[in-house]
Amino acid sequence: MKNKYSIFSLFKNAFSHHENWEKAWKDPEPKKEYEAIIIGGGGHGLATAYYLAKKHNMKNIAVVEKGWIGGGNTGRNTTIIRSNYLWDASAGLYDHALKIWEGLSQELNYNIMFSQRGVMNLAHNLQDVRDLKRRTHANRLNGIDAVYLSTEEVKKFCPIINTSQDIRYPVLGGTLQRRAGTARHDAVAWGYARGADKMGVDIIQNCEVKGIKRNGDSVEGLETTKGFIKTKKIGVVAAGHSSVIANMAGLKLPLESKPLQALVSEPVKPIIDTVVMSNAVHAYVSQSDKGELVIGAGTDDYISYTQKGSHEIVEGTLKAILELYPIFSRMRMLRQWGGIVDICPDASPIISKTSIRGLYFNCGWGTGGFKATPGSGDLFAHTIANDEPHKLNASFNLNRFVSGDLVDEHGAAAVAH
Amino acid sequence: MFLINCPYCGERDQSEFKAGGEAHIIRPKQPTELSDDEWAEYLFMRKNIKGIQFERWNHAHGCRKWFNIIRDTSNDEIKTVYKMGESPPKL
Repeated sequence: MKNKYSIFSLFKNAFSHHENWEKAWKDPEPKKEYEAIIIGGGGHGLATAYYLAKKHNMKNIAVVEKGWIGGGNTGRNTTIIRSNYLWDASAGLYDHALKIWEGLSQELNYNIMFSQRGVMNLAHNLQDVRDLKRRTHANRLNGIDAVYLSTEEVKKFCPIINTSQDIRYPVLGGTLQRRAGTARHDAVAWGYARGADKMGVDIIQNCEVKGIKRNGDSVEGLETTKGFIKTKKIGVVAAGHSSVIANMAGLKLPLESKPLQALVSEPVKPIIDTVVMSNAVHAYVSQSDKGELVIGAGTDDYISYTQKGSHEIVEGTLKAILELYPIFSRMRMLRQWGGIVDICPDASPIISKTSIRGLYFNCGWGTGGFKATPGSGDLFAHTIANDEPHKLNASFNLNRFVSGDLVDEHGAAAVAH
Repeated sequence: MFLINCPYCGERDQSEFKAGGEAHIIRPKQPTELSDDEWAEYLFMRKNIKGIQFERWNHAHGCRKWFNIIRDTSNDEIKTVYKMGESPPKL
Protein backbone atom coordinates (compact mmCIF):
# COMPACT_ATOMS: atom_id res chain seq x y z
CA MET A 1 0.00 0.00 0.00
CA LYS A 2 1.41 3.32 -1.04
CA ASN A 3 1.60 6.23 1.30
CA LYS A 4 -0.78 9.06 0.62
CA TYR A 5 0.91 12.29 -0.44
CA SER A 6 -0.01 15.03 2.01
CA ILE A 7 1.43 17.85 4.06
CA PHE A 8 2.13 15.26 6.77
CA SER A 9 4.04 12.87 4.50
CA LEU A 10 6.04 15.84 3.23
CA PHE A 11 6.82 16.83 6.82
CA LYS A 12 7.71 13.24 7.80
CA ASN A 13 10.03 12.76 4.85
CA ALA A 14 11.76 16.06 5.55
CA PHE A 15 13.29 14.39 8.63
CA SER A 16 15.08 11.88 6.42
CA HIS A 17 16.16 14.56 3.92
CA HIS A 18 13.59 13.28 1.39
CA GLU A 19 15.74 10.24 0.72
CA ASN A 20 13.20 7.61 1.74
CA TRP A 21 10.23 8.40 -0.47
CA GLU A 22 8.62 5.23 -1.73
CA LYS A 23 8.88 4.58 -5.49
CA ALA A 24 5.74 5.85 -7.23
CA TRP A 25 5.46 2.64 -9.25
CA LYS A 26 7.22 -0.71 -9.36
CA ASP A 27 9.32 -1.91 -12.26
CA PRO A 28 8.11 -5.51 -12.68
CA GLU A 29 9.02 -8.18 -15.20
CA PRO A 30 6.02 -9.39 -17.21
CA LYS A 31 3.95 -12.32 -15.91
CA LYS A 32 3.09 -15.21 -18.25
CA GLU A 33 -0.51 -14.17 -18.67
CA TYR A 34 -2.78 -11.17 -18.11
CA GLU A 35 -6.50 -10.57 -18.33
CA ALA A 36 -5.80 -7.59 -20.58
CA ILE A 37 -2.73 -5.78 -21.88
CA ILE A 38 -2.52 -2.14 -22.90
CA ILE A 39 0.10 -1.33 -25.55
CA GLY A 40 1.48 2.15 -24.94
CA GLY A 41 2.42 3.77 -21.63
CA GLY A 42 1.43 7.31 -22.43
CA GLY A 43 -1.30 9.27 -20.68
CA HIS A 44 -4.15 7.58 -22.56
CA GLY A 45 -2.77 4.06 -22.03
CA LEU A 46 -2.06 4.55 -18.34
CA ALA A 47 -5.48 6.16 -17.83
CA THR A 48 -7.09 3.17 -19.58
CA ALA A 49 -5.31 0.77 -17.21
CA TYR A 50 -6.24 2.93 -14.22
CA TYR A 51 -9.96 2.93 -15.07
CA LEU A 52 -9.96 -0.78 -16.00
CA ALA A 53 -8.68 -1.53 -12.50
CA LYS A 54 -10.75 1.08 -10.71
CA LYS A 55 -14.14 0.92 -12.40
CA HIS A 56 -14.16 -2.53 -13.99
CA ASN A 57 -12.28 -4.45 -11.31
CA MET A 58 -9.73 -5.87 -13.75
CA LYS A 59 -6.59 -6.06 -11.62
CA ASN A 60 -4.53 -8.64 -13.49
CA ILE A 61 -3.57 -6.30 -16.31
CA ALA A 62 -0.39 -4.76 -17.70
CA VAL A 63 0.75 -1.74 -19.64
CA VAL A 64 3.66 -2.40 -21.99
CA GLU A 65 5.74 0.55 -23.15
CA LYS A 66 8.66 0.38 -25.57
CA GLY A 67 10.46 3.35 -23.99
CA TRP A 68 9.66 5.00 -20.71
CA ILE A 69 6.19 6.07 -19.58
CA GLY A 70 5.11 9.50 -20.77
CA GLY A 71 8.14 9.71 -23.08
CA GLY A 72 6.11 9.91 -26.28
CA ASN A 73 3.45 12.45 -27.16
CA THR A 74 2.39 12.80 -23.51
CA GLY A 75 5.69 14.57 -22.86
CA ARG A 76 5.72 16.39 -26.20
CA ASN A 77 2.43 18.26 -26.41
CA THR A 78 1.60 21.85 -25.49
CA THR A 79 -0.63 20.77 -22.55
CA ILE A 80 -3.77 22.57 -23.72
CA ILE A 81 -7.12 21.35 -22.39
CA ARG A 82 -10.50 22.50 -23.76
CA SER A 83 -13.78 21.02 -24.94
CA ASN A 84 -15.20 23.61 -27.36
CA TYR A 85 -15.78 21.21 -30.25
CA LEU A 86 -18.55 21.66 -32.81
CA TRP A 87 -20.46 18.38 -33.12
CA ASP A 88 -22.57 16.77 -30.38
CA ALA A 89 -20.48 13.58 -30.39
CA SER A 90 -17.22 15.50 -29.90
CA ALA A 91 -18.72 17.85 -27.33
CA GLY A 92 -19.81 14.84 -25.30
CA LEU A 93 -16.41 13.20 -25.56
CA TYR A 94 -14.20 16.19 -24.78
CA ASP A 95 -16.42 17.68 -22.08
CA HIS A 96 -16.55 14.28 -20.37
CA ALA A 97 -12.75 14.53 -20.20
CA LEU A 98 -12.80 18.13 -18.99
CA LYS A 99 -15.17 17.22 -16.14
CA ILE A 100 -12.75 14.50 -15.01
CA TRP A 101 -9.79 16.93 -15.28
CA GLU A 102 -11.55 19.24 -12.80
CA GLY A 103 -11.24 16.72 -9.97
CA LEU A 104 -8.26 14.70 -11.16
CA SER A 105 -5.55 15.98 -8.78
CA GLN A 106 -7.74 15.01 -5.81
CA GLU A 107 -8.73 11.68 -7.32
CA LEU A 108 -5.16 10.66 -8.09
CA ASN A 109 -3.69 12.25 -4.94
CA TYR A 110 -1.15 13.73 -7.34
CA ASN A 111 -0.83 17.38 -8.24
CA ILE A 112 -1.30 17.54 -12.01
CA MET A 113 -1.21 21.35 -11.83
CA PHE A 114 -4.51 21.72 -13.68
CA SER A 115 -5.01 25.41 -14.31
CA GLN A 116 -8.29 26.72 -15.74
CA ARG A 117 -6.76 29.83 -17.21
CA GLY A 118 -9.10 29.90 -20.22
CA VAL A 119 -8.49 29.24 -23.89
CA MET A 120 -9.15 31.92 -26.47
CA ASN A 121 -9.54 31.10 -30.18
CA LEU A 122 -9.05 34.03 -32.55
CA ALA A 123 -10.92 34.94 -35.74
CA HIS A 124 -8.99 36.66 -38.54
CA ASN A 125 -11.46 36.79 -41.41
CA LEU A 126 -15.20 36.85 -41.98
CA GLN A 127 -15.44 33.09 -42.35
CA ASP A 128 -13.58 32.60 -39.05
CA VAL A 129 -16.07 34.96 -37.38
CA ARG A 130 -19.04 32.99 -38.72
CA ASP A 131 -17.48 29.62 -37.85
CA LEU A 132 -16.53 30.65 -34.32
CA LYS A 133 -19.97 32.19 -33.65
CA ARG A 134 -21.61 29.01 -34.88
CA ARG A 135 -19.30 26.93 -32.69
CA THR A 136 -20.07 29.13 -29.66
CA HIS A 137 -23.80 28.54 -30.13
CA ALA A 138 -23.27 24.80 -30.66
CA ASN A 139 -21.14 24.62 -27.51
CA ARG A 140 -23.75 26.38 -25.40
CA LEU A 141 -26.51 24.10 -26.66
CA ASN A 142 -24.34 21.22 -25.46
CA GLY A 143 -23.83 22.78 -22.03
CA ILE A 144 -20.23 23.81 -22.69
CA ASP A 145 -19.25 27.27 -21.53
CA ALA A 146 -18.33 29.51 -24.44
CA VAL A 147 -18.55 33.20 -25.18
CA TYR A 148 -17.87 35.18 -28.33
CA LEU A 149 -15.59 38.19 -27.85
CA SER A 150 -15.28 41.37 -29.91
CA THR A 151 -11.83 42.66 -30.88
CA GLU A 152 -11.91 45.04 -27.88
CA GLU A 153 -12.85 42.21 -25.52
CA VAL A 154 -10.01 40.07 -26.92
CA LYS A 155 -7.60 42.92 -26.22
CA LYS A 156 -8.99 43.34 -22.72
CA PHE A 157 -8.63 39.63 -21.94
CA CYS A 158 -5.10 39.40 -23.32
CA PRO A 159 -3.60 42.92 -23.53
CA ILE A 160 -0.37 41.95 -25.32
CA ILE A 161 -2.19 40.93 -28.51
CA ASN A 162 -1.72 43.27 -31.42
CA THR A 163 -5.29 44.17 -32.41
CA SER A 164 -4.28 46.77 -34.98
CA GLN A 165 -6.48 46.42 -38.05
CA ASP A 166 -3.46 47.15 -40.27
CA ILE A 167 -1.74 43.79 -39.85
CA ARG A 168 -1.94 41.10 -42.54
CA TYR A 169 -4.46 39.00 -40.58
CA PRO A 170 -6.20 41.40 -38.16
CA VAL A 171 -8.00 40.08 -35.08
CA LEU A 172 -11.73 40.40 -35.79
CA GLY A 173 -12.90 38.64 -32.64
CA GLY A 174 -12.57 35.39 -30.80
CA THR A 175 -14.13 32.82 -28.53
CA LEU A 176 -13.32 32.12 -24.92
CA GLN A 177 -13.81 28.96 -22.91
CA ARG A 178 -13.05 29.88 -19.31
CA ARG A 179 -13.11 26.31 -17.97
CA ALA A 180 -10.35 25.39 -20.39
CA GLY A 181 -6.67 25.66 -19.56
CA THR A 182 -3.51 23.61 -19.12
CA ALA A 183 -2.08 20.84 -16.93
CA ARG A 184 1.40 19.48 -16.24
CA HIS A 185 1.64 16.75 -18.88
CA ASP A 186 4.32 14.59 -17.21
CA ALA A 187 2.42 14.65 -13.93
CA VAL A 188 -0.65 13.25 -15.69
CA ALA A 189 1.31 10.18 -16.83
CA TRP A 190 3.03 9.81 -13.44
CA GLY A 191 -0.20 10.29 -11.50
CA TYR A 192 -2.08 7.67 -13.52
CA ALA A 193 0.91 5.29 -13.37
CA ARG A 194 1.08 5.61 -9.59
CA GLY A 195 -2.68 5.16 -9.28
CA ALA A 196 -2.75 2.12 -11.57
CA ASP A 197 0.30 0.54 -9.90
CA LYS A 198 -1.36 0.95 -6.51
CA MET A 199 -4.28 -1.17 -7.71
CA GLY A 200 -1.96 -3.92 -8.94
CA VAL A 201 -1.43 -2.99 -12.60
CA ASP A 202 2.01 -4.02 -13.94
CA ILE A 203 3.70 -1.15 -15.76
CA ILE A 204 6.38 -2.72 -17.92
CA GLN A 205 8.80 -0.27 -19.50
CA ASN A 206 11.46 -0.97 -22.16
CA CYS A 207 9.21 -3.66 -23.56
CA GLU A 208 8.53 -3.30 -27.28
CA VAL A 209 5.75 -5.22 -28.98
CA LYS A 210 7.07 -7.25 -31.91
CA GLY A 211 3.98 -9.17 -32.94
CA ILE A 212 0.37 -9.99 -32.13
CA LYS A 213 -0.45 -13.68 -31.97
CA ARG A 214 -3.84 -14.58 -33.37
CA ASN A 215 -5.91 -17.72 -33.32
CA GLY A 216 -8.32 -17.25 -36.19
CA ASP A 217 -10.42 -14.23 -35.33
CA SER A 218 -9.23 -13.83 -31.74
CA VAL A 219 -6.04 -12.58 -30.14
CA GLU A 220 -3.93 -14.96 -28.05
CA GLY A 221 -1.06 -12.81 -26.89
CA LEU A 222 1.84 -10.52 -27.60
CA GLU A 223 5.36 -11.16 -28.80
CA THR A 224 7.55 -8.62 -27.04
CA THR A 225 11.23 -7.93 -26.46
CA LYS A 226 10.65 -9.42 -22.99
CA GLY A 227 9.14 -12.62 -24.39
CA PHE A 228 5.67 -13.90 -25.16
CA ILE A 229 2.80 -12.70 -22.95
CA LYS A 230 -0.54 -14.46 -23.11
CA THR A 231 -3.78 -12.44 -23.05
CA LYS A 232 -7.29 -12.45 -24.50
CA LYS A 233 -7.71 -8.67 -24.64
CA ILE A 234 -5.34 -6.14 -26.13
CA GLY A 235 -5.95 -2.40 -26.06
CA VAL A 236 -3.69 -0.50 -28.45
CA VAL A 237 -2.96 3.11 -27.47
CA ALA A 238 0.18 3.65 -29.53
CA ALA A 239 -0.51 7.13 -31.00
CA GLY A 240 1.76 7.70 -34.02
CA HIS A 241 2.70 4.02 -34.13
CA SER A 242 -0.90 2.71 -34.20
CA SER A 243 -0.60 1.68 -37.86
CA VAL A 244 2.61 -0.22 -37.08
CA ILE A 245 0.78 -2.29 -34.44
CA ALA A 246 -2.27 -2.66 -36.72
CA ASN A 247 -0.06 -4.06 -39.48
CA MET A 248 1.17 -6.72 -37.04
CA ALA A 249 -2.41 -7.89 -36.67
CA GLY A 250 -3.09 -7.67 -40.41
CA LEU A 251 -5.32 -4.60 -40.10
CA LYS A 252 -5.26 -1.32 -41.98
CA LEU A 253 -6.33 1.91 -40.30
CA PRO A 254 -7.43 5.22 -41.83
CA LEU A 255 -4.41 6.98 -40.33
CA GLU A 256 -1.41 8.97 -41.48
CA SER A 257 1.46 9.63 -39.05
CA LYS A 258 3.06 13.04 -39.31
CA PRO A 259 5.47 15.14 -37.26
CA LEU A 260 3.90 17.90 -35.15
CA GLN A 261 6.27 20.42 -33.65
CA ALA A 262 6.37 22.60 -30.58
CA LEU A 263 8.96 24.90 -29.07
CA VAL A 264 9.65 26.80 -25.87
CA SER A 265 11.40 30.08 -25.24
CA GLU A 266 13.76 31.11 -22.50
CA PRO A 267 11.87 31.65 -19.22
CA VAL A 268 10.56 35.15 -18.53
CA LYS A 269 8.29 36.77 -15.93
CA PRO A 270 4.53 36.23 -16.27
CA ILE A 271 3.32 37.95 -19.42
CA ILE A 272 0.45 35.84 -20.76
CA ASP A 273 -1.97 34.29 -18.27
CA THR A 274 -4.16 32.38 -20.70
CA VAL A 275 -3.90 30.20 -23.80
CA VAL A 276 -4.40 31.89 -27.16
CA MET A 277 -4.89 29.86 -30.31
CA SER A 278 -5.29 30.96 -33.87
CA ASN A 279 -6.34 28.51 -36.53
CA ALA A 280 -6.03 30.87 -39.48
CA VAL A 281 -2.48 32.15 -38.95
CA HIS A 282 -1.70 28.95 -37.18
CA ALA A 283 0.04 29.65 -33.93
CA TYR A 284 -0.83 29.01 -30.34
CA VAL A 285 0.89 30.19 -27.23
CA SER A 286 0.72 29.92 -23.46
CA GLN A 287 3.22 30.36 -20.66
CA SER A 288 4.43 27.52 -18.47
CA ASP A 289 4.80 27.81 -14.72
CA LYS A 290 8.56 27.99 -15.27
CA GLY A 291 7.98 31.09 -17.39
CA GLU A 292 8.74 29.66 -20.81
CA LEU A 293 6.47 30.56 -23.69
CA VAL A 294 5.05 27.28 -24.99
CA ILE A 295 4.41 27.61 -28.70
CA GLY A 296 2.73 25.08 -30.91
CA ALA A 297 3.42 24.75 -34.61
CA GLY A 298 1.70 22.71 -37.28
CA THR A 299 2.18 19.31 -38.86
CA ASP A 300 4.29 18.57 -41.88
CA ASP A 301 2.27 17.30 -44.81
CA TYR A 302 4.34 14.15 -45.35
CA ILE A 303 4.31 10.87 -43.43
CA SER A 304 7.29 10.54 -41.13
CA TYR A 305 8.21 8.81 -37.89
CA THR A 306 11.32 10.89 -37.23
CA GLN A 307 10.06 13.14 -34.39
CA LYS A 308 11.75 16.08 -36.13
CA GLY A 309 9.69 18.09 -38.60
CA SER A 310 10.65 20.85 -41.02
CA HIS A 311 12.27 24.15 -40.26
CA GLU A 312 9.85 26.16 -42.37
CA ILE A 313 6.92 25.05 -40.19
CA VAL A 314 8.62 26.62 -37.16
CA GLU A 315 9.48 29.70 -39.18
CA GLY A 316 5.87 30.16 -40.30
CA THR A 317 4.58 29.76 -36.76
CA LEU A 318 7.03 32.27 -35.34
CA LYS A 319 6.13 34.80 -38.04
CA ALA A 320 2.49 34.53 -36.98
CA ILE A 321 3.42 34.77 -33.29
CA LEU A 322 5.45 37.93 -33.93
CA GLU A 323 2.68 39.61 -35.87
CA LEU A 324 0.19 38.90 -33.09
CA TYR A 325 2.62 39.62 -30.23
CA PRO A 326 5.27 42.15 -31.31
CA ILE A 327 6.42 42.22 -27.66
CA PHE A 328 8.03 38.78 -28.19
CA SER A 329 10.32 39.98 -30.99
CA ARG A 330 13.50 39.66 -28.92
CA MET A 331 12.62 36.38 -27.19
CA ARG A 332 15.03 33.54 -27.80
CA MET A 333 13.79 30.03 -28.33
CA LEU A 334 15.45 27.38 -26.22
CA ARG A 335 14.17 24.04 -27.42
CA GLN A 336 12.21 22.62 -30.35
CA TRP A 337 10.94 19.08 -30.77
CA GLY A 338 8.50 16.95 -32.74
CA GLY A 339 6.03 14.24 -31.91
CA ILE A 340 4.44 11.78 -34.30
CA VAL A 341 0.69 12.28 -34.46
CA ASP A 342 -1.77 9.83 -36.02
CA ILE A 343 -4.25 11.82 -38.06
CA CYS A 344 -7.69 10.59 -39.09
CA PRO A 345 -9.34 11.87 -42.29
CA ASP A 346 -12.09 13.56 -40.22
CA ALA A 347 -9.78 14.90 -37.47
CA SER A 348 -11.65 12.86 -34.85
CA PRO A 349 -10.32 9.93 -32.83
CA ILE A 350 -11.08 6.21 -33.00
CA ILE A 351 -12.02 4.42 -29.75
CA SER A 352 -13.26 1.18 -31.10
CA LYS A 353 -13.50 -2.58 -31.34
CA THR A 354 -12.04 -4.15 -34.47
CA SER A 355 -12.88 -7.10 -36.70
CA ILE A 356 -10.51 -9.19 -34.53
CA ARG A 357 -12.03 -10.37 -31.25
CA GLY A 358 -10.18 -9.00 -28.22
CA LEU A 359 -8.31 -6.32 -30.16
CA TYR A 360 -9.27 -2.73 -29.43
CA PHE A 361 -7.85 0.51 -30.79
CA ASN A 362 -7.70 3.96 -29.23
CA CYS A 363 -5.99 6.12 -31.83
CA GLY A 364 -6.38 8.90 -34.36
CA TRP A 365 -6.18 11.68 -31.76
CA GLY A 366 -3.99 13.54 -34.20
CA THR A 367 -2.88 16.94 -33.02
CA GLY A 368 -5.10 17.22 -29.96
CA GLY A 369 -5.14 14.12 -27.78
CA PHE A 370 -3.73 15.44 -24.53
CA LYS A 371 -6.92 17.31 -23.58
CA ALA A 372 -8.92 14.09 -23.77
CA THR A 373 -6.57 11.89 -21.70
CA PRO A 374 -8.85 11.10 -18.71
CA GLY A 375 -12.03 10.77 -20.78
CA SER A 376 -10.31 8.68 -23.42
CA GLY A 377 -8.94 6.30 -20.78
CA ASP A 378 -12.32 6.04 -19.07
CA LEU A 379 -14.26 5.32 -22.26
CA PHE A 380 -11.64 2.96 -23.70
CA ALA A 381 -11.61 1.00 -20.43
CA HIS A 382 -15.39 0.72 -20.68
CA THR A 383 -15.12 -0.48 -24.29
CA ILE A 384 -12.51 -3.14 -23.42
CA ALA A 385 -14.24 -4.36 -20.25
CA ASN A 386 -17.72 -4.65 -21.77
CA ASP A 387 -16.67 -5.46 -25.33
CA GLU A 388 -18.93 -2.65 -26.48
CA PRO A 389 -18.57 1.12 -26.60
CA HIS A 390 -19.93 3.57 -24.03
CA LYS A 391 -22.57 5.86 -25.54
CA LEU A 392 -20.05 8.74 -25.46
CA ASN A 393 -17.61 6.95 -27.78
CA ALA A 394 -20.13 5.02 -29.90
CA SER A 395 -19.74 7.54 -32.76
CA PHE A 396 -15.97 7.15 -32.73
CA ASN A 397 -15.93 3.63 -34.14
CA LEU A 398 -13.86 2.31 -37.02
CA ASN A 399 -16.98 1.53 -39.00
CA ARG A 400 -17.70 5.22 -39.58
CA PHE A 401 -15.23 5.17 -42.48
CA VAL A 402 -17.40 2.53 -44.15
CA SER A 403 -20.81 3.99 -43.28
CA GLY A 404 -19.72 7.55 -44.05
CA ASP A 405 -20.99 8.82 -40.69
CA LEU A 406 -17.86 10.91 -40.09
CA VAL A 407 -17.34 13.42 -37.26
CA ASP A 408 -15.70 16.28 -39.14
CA GLU A 409 -13.84 18.39 -36.59
CA HIS A 410 -11.27 20.08 -38.82
CA GLY A 411 -12.65 23.47 -37.76
CA ALA A 412 -12.28 22.81 -34.04
CA ALA A 413 -9.03 20.86 -34.27
CA ALA A 414 -7.12 24.16 -34.16
CA VAL A 415 -4.10 22.74 -35.97
CA ALA A 416 -4.68 22.92 -39.69
CA HIS A 417 -4.02 19.65 -41.45
CA MET B 1 13.64 18.76 -43.63
CA PHE B 2 15.44 17.18 -46.56
CA LEU B 3 16.26 17.63 -50.24
CA ILE B 4 14.22 16.07 -53.04
CA ASN B 5 15.64 15.34 -56.47
CA CYS B 6 12.79 16.38 -58.78
CA PRO B 7 13.06 14.29 -61.97
CA TYR B 8 12.41 17.45 -64.01
CA CYS B 9 14.21 20.24 -62.08
CA GLY B 10 16.92 18.54 -60.04
CA GLU B 11 17.63 18.77 -56.34
CA ARG B 12 15.50 21.26 -54.39
CA ASP B 13 14.47 21.91 -50.80
CA GLN B 14 11.56 19.81 -49.54
CA SER B 15 9.63 23.01 -48.72
CA GLU B 16 9.09 23.50 -52.49
CA PHE B 17 7.13 20.24 -52.66
CA LYS B 18 3.72 19.04 -51.57
CA ALA B 19 3.33 15.49 -50.30
CA GLY B 20 0.56 13.52 -51.98
CA GLY B 21 0.48 10.47 -49.73
CA GLU B 22 0.71 6.79 -50.57
CA ALA B 23 1.42 5.98 -54.23
CA HIS B 24 -0.05 3.32 -56.51
CA ILE B 25 -3.57 3.46 -55.08
CA ILE B 26 -5.58 2.70 -58.19
CA ARG B 27 -8.84 4.51 -58.78
CA PRO B 28 -11.68 1.96 -59.08
CA LYS B 29 -12.53 1.18 -62.68
CA GLN B 30 -16.24 0.64 -61.96
CA PRO B 31 -17.09 3.06 -59.12
CA THR B 32 -20.80 2.27 -59.29
CA GLU B 33 -20.18 -1.39 -58.50
CA LEU B 34 -18.08 -0.79 -55.38
CA SER B 35 -19.34 -1.90 -51.97
CA ASP B 36 -19.09 0.45 -48.97
CA ASP B 37 -16.15 -1.60 -47.66
CA GLU B 38 -14.28 -1.22 -50.94
CA TRP B 39 -14.94 2.53 -50.97
CA ALA B 40 -13.61 2.83 -47.42
CA GLU B 41 -10.51 0.89 -48.44
CA TYR B 42 -9.91 3.14 -51.46
CA LEU B 43 -10.70 6.47 -49.79
CA PHE B 44 -9.46 6.12 -46.25
CA MET B 45 -7.39 3.04 -45.39
CA ARG B 46 -3.65 3.60 -45.63
CA LYS B 47 -0.58 1.47 -45.03
CA ASN B 48 1.12 4.36 -43.19
CA ILE B 49 4.38 2.42 -43.16
CA LYS B 50 7.26 3.00 -40.79
CA GLY B 51 10.11 2.15 -43.13
CA ILE B 52 10.26 1.98 -46.93
CA GLN B 53 7.21 3.67 -48.39
CA PHE B 54 6.14 4.44 -51.97
CA GLU B 55 4.62 7.90 -52.19
CA ARG B 56 3.53 10.64 -54.58
CA TRP B 57 4.94 14.16 -54.45
CA ASN B 58 4.20 17.36 -56.40
CA HIS B 59 6.77 20.05 -57.13
CA ALA B 60 4.20 22.68 -56.13
CA HIS B 61 6.56 25.68 -56.10
CA GLY B 62 8.52 24.58 -59.18
CA CYS B 63 7.51 22.68 -62.29
CA ARG B 64 4.22 21.61 -60.65
CA LYS B 65 4.62 18.09 -61.97
CA TRP B 66 3.72 14.95 -60.03
CA PHE B 67 6.20 12.10 -59.53
CA ASN B 68 6.92 9.18 -57.21
CA ILE B 69 9.42 8.76 -54.40
CA ILE B 70 10.55 5.74 -52.45
CA ARG B 71 11.41 7.01 -48.98
CA ASP B 72 12.27 5.53 -45.60
CA THR B 73 9.79 7.20 -43.25
CA SER B 74 11.79 6.17 -40.18
CA ASN B 75 14.68 8.49 -41.10
CA ASP B 76 13.36 10.52 -44.09
CA GLU B 77 16.05 9.07 -46.36
CA ILE B 78 15.00 9.06 -50.03
CA LYS B 79 15.92 5.83 -51.81
CA THR B 80 14.91 6.73 -55.33
CA VAL B 81 12.71 9.00 -57.45
CA TYR B 82 10.77 7.96 -60.54
CA LYS B 83 8.24 9.53 -62.88
CA MET B 84 4.49 9.05 -62.91
CA GLY B 85 3.40 6.09 -65.00
CA GLU B 86 6.73 4.29 -64.57
CA SER B 87 6.66 1.07 -62.62
CA PRO B 88 8.59 1.34 -59.35
CA PRO B 89 12.28 0.39 -59.67
CA LYS B 90 13.57 -2.57 -57.67
CA LEU B 91 15.57 -1.53 -54.63
